[in-house]
Amino acid sequence: MRITAGIDVGSTYTKVALVDQAGTVLATAMEPTGFRLAEVAALALEKALAAARLERKAVAYVVATGFGRHQVAFADVHITDLTAAARGATKLFPGTRTILDVGGQTMKASRLGEGASVRSFRLNDKCAAGTGAFLEKTARYMGYSTTEIGPLVETSKDATSISGVCAVFAESEVINHLSQGVPPADIMHGAIVSLVGRSVQLMKRVQMEKEFTLIGGILRFETMARVVREALKSEVNVPPLSLVQCVPAFGAALLGQRRLDVLAAGPPAARESVV
Amino acid sequence: MAYAAGVDVGSTQTKAVLIDERGAIVGRSLVMTGANVIKAAETAFGEALAAADVREEEVEYVVGTGYGRYKVTFGNTQVTEISCHGRGAVHMFPATRTVVDMGGQDTKAIRVSPRGEILDFCMNDKCAAGTGRFLGAASAALEIPLDELGGTALRGERPVKISTTCTVFAESEVLSWLGKGKRVEDILLGVHQSIAVRSAGLLRRVGIENEVTFTGGVARNVAMINTLEQALGTRLNVSEDSHYMGALGAALFARDHILSSRTPAAARQGAS
Repeated sequence: MRITAGIDVGSTYTKVALVDQAGTVLATAMEPTGFRLAEVAALALEKALAAARLERKAVAYVVATGFGRHQVAFADVHITDLTAAARGATKLFPGTRTILDVGGQTMKASRLGEGASVRSFRLNDKCAAGTGAFLEKTARYMGYSTTEIGPLVETSKDATSISGVCAVFAESEVINHLSQGVPPADIMHGAIVSLVGRSVQLMKRVQMEKEFTLIGGILRFETMARVVREALKSEVNVPPLSLVQCVPAFGAALLGQRRLDVLAAGPPAARESVV
Repeated sequence: MAYAAGVDVGSTQTKAVLIDERGAIVGRSLVMTGANVIKAAETAFGEALAAADVREEEVEYVVGTGYGRYKVTFGNTQVTEISCHGRGAVHMFPATRTVVDMGGQDTKAIRVSPRGEILDFCMNDKCAAGTGRFLGAASAALEIPLDELGGTALRGERPVKISTTCTVFAESEVLSWLGKGKRVEDILLGVHQSIAVRSAGLLRRVGIENEVTFTGGVARNVAMINTLEQALGTRLNVSEDSHYMGALGAALFARDHILSSRTPAAARQGAS
């Protein structure tokens, strides 16, 4: 069995996926990123290996991706998370043409061409209002933790309007709503609607096309996918919960397999550029 | 003696100032705004009265200002905080032509006429970057009380370059600098410089004309004064009462009302 590892060092979490030659996921693992990026990457890899009952030497190739990929010194190659996400998303949903990735501190939209190539992309990189941090802050202002967001918002009957221009200014807005007796669930729901509004803007800027695949930590909340579906008036693909945060790691591992195929097939120098 | 009061209900703190007929401050008070805005306004006003040893009946007119000015239920009227900061700054420093007001959630650049009228203003309305909240985030991340930030930053020698715009992300950037082994002093100096640069940009949009007066809660922070002076290349007027400038302006508008409602002779006497 030939195994490759994909390590996605994201702004909030570091994710690892182990994949075999057939592209089957053997194990995934996740660790909060923190500030020691090299260490957390090694730690997350060990965790995934333990889950799959494998030893480190069983891994034939390591591909690092995500914002902290260059800190992963033991990786064989580093690729951008957009490329990795495109590979992972099209493996899961071959018809994918647009990917929306909403993470803890980032939001990315990309449009794909043939063969999982990235044609166009946009990032929300200066402002927390379009990222998971916006939901986290909104929850925290009301005394809820991140893990409570999902269950809370499921009980909402109606979304309250939240302007969503700034995660900091949202505090006064949230306090105003609470003091007027608006249920926290509806405020949370409103924050998600506001976040989705920003997502759709980003997707428009890459000239989105069907099919849409949604990935990233925020998609753990089912409400998020439902609100996107309503906003786009279209079906959307969402990976299973076990994989929704690990799509770039999965894609990176798949690229590792492909790279090994290429290396095995012919003179490496001529084929370097494939990955 | 009749008194006039100004109550400035800000996003973070509520300030009350009591002045006499000559415009001299006789009492001041500062409380956290919190969730109950009406209560905060009442408490601040009550404490200012107590500090001046003045009874409520002796206060002839009250002006509310700040974002919560309509919650000053006992106020006779409301005036925007832009007008009040301009008025207060010109009263305190008559040569003021530009005011920079840095509060808990917003930063305002205001250009005023010699009489304290507003000519132009500009503020951060969509984003908390470059406001007092940026310092709040650094304070939380480094676990250093807000009022010690400035003093700590002054000891910085090699400031780090803060690259994040967003206040939310600044908190993690500050921690990442700490993780890379940077000194707290250098990180904080970098944080102050980053706010100063953003505020200077805001000031340039209204046009900077000397003298420049620095008001609002953040004006108590020495490092903020220094870095802003460097970013602007000019000296700043800062008063002990900078924090109360909005409330003072409101109180001055209240005093105007008291004087103008009297007979012309009495008004002249009062104004002298």
